[in-house]
Amino acid sequence: MDLDLLSRQLMDRFQHGMPLCPEPFKEMASVLGCDEAHVMACLHAMDQAGTLSRIGPVFEHSRAGASTLAAFAVPAERLHQVAERVSQYPEVNHNYAREHFYNLWFVLTGPDRPHIERVLDELEKDTGLTPLDLPMLTAYRIDLGFPLGETP
Amino acid sequence: MKTGLTPRQALALRRHLEGGLPLVSRPYQALADRIDADEDQVLGQMRQWHAQGLFRRVGLVLNHRALGFTANAMLVLDVPDALIDEVGQRLGRSPDINLCYQRPRRLPQWRYNLFCMVHGRQRDPVERRIKALLEEHLLSDLPHQLLFSTHAFKQCGARFAAASTGAPHHG
Repeated sequence: MDLDLLSRQLMDRFQHGMPLCPEPFKEMASVLGCDEAHVMACLHAMDQAGTLSRIGPVFEHSRAGASTLAAFAVPAERLHQVAERVSQYPEVNHNYAREHFYNLWFVLTGPDRPHIERVLDELEKDTGLTPLDLPMLTAYRIDLGFPLGETP
Repeated sequence: MKTGLTPRQALALRRHLEGGLPLVSRPYQALADRIDADEDQVLGQMRQWHAQGLFRRVGLVLNHRALGFTANAMLVLDVPDALIDEVGQRLGRSPDINLCYQRPRRLPQWRYNLFCMVHGRQRDPVERRIKALLEEHLLSDLPHQLLFSTHAFKQCGARFAAASTGAPHHG
């Protein structure tokens, strides 16, 4: 069994949806014409390689709680230190350096908006930096998975 | 629909789901064991949440950086308020764009109100695609900037459920 081929098939087929049933991996295998053990071994290998973040639901931000995109303008010599401080919060799920005066961008999620504001206040007190707080107003397109294109 | 899960069990289930399904033959049974419930109750709750729109999708969540999509650009535009919906909808339909959101301006620090994510394997083609896209939609004259990511400090699934025992918030 070619794991690369199987992983491509799994990605193409089940990024956008997977069966919601007691034995989903068996069901996925039957769709692809292989067996459950192969599917599970392949997913395990993808997980080990880091290409698979997880399997399961992606929560709809507006219904699952509150979220915001926040940014700091961090002096270059403090970037790693501030980034580490930001990443410590379980509420932070993406934290990227970007080429801009605002050079640290992160997504904060929590059960409600006051929770988000408490985290931002703490970060501002801790770092002495004032965050940009940019909650989503309208979604014109949401992330429905990743277009892999033709080339591997 | 009555699912039988208590609010506390439902909250615990959500927290487990945020970390992903366990990679075992019967993942919902495994989750049910962790929250002292039945597989049927867990699947029933999952279907109910799905029907209520709590999930965008249920499936494989990929790490695009590990897959080689390391050129990750955030295109931000300053769109006149009267045009934002039209421009957002047009750009949101483009296959090159993964995400397209309106966010508030924060003047004077931040003037941009439309955010688009574009991913690719290399920076140059991503820049060219964005340039072509703006030209195609006659948006090249709008103030805009391209913010490429240079490092991912953290990338994981969102955690919405509070760590403490609060009531789940379904918006």
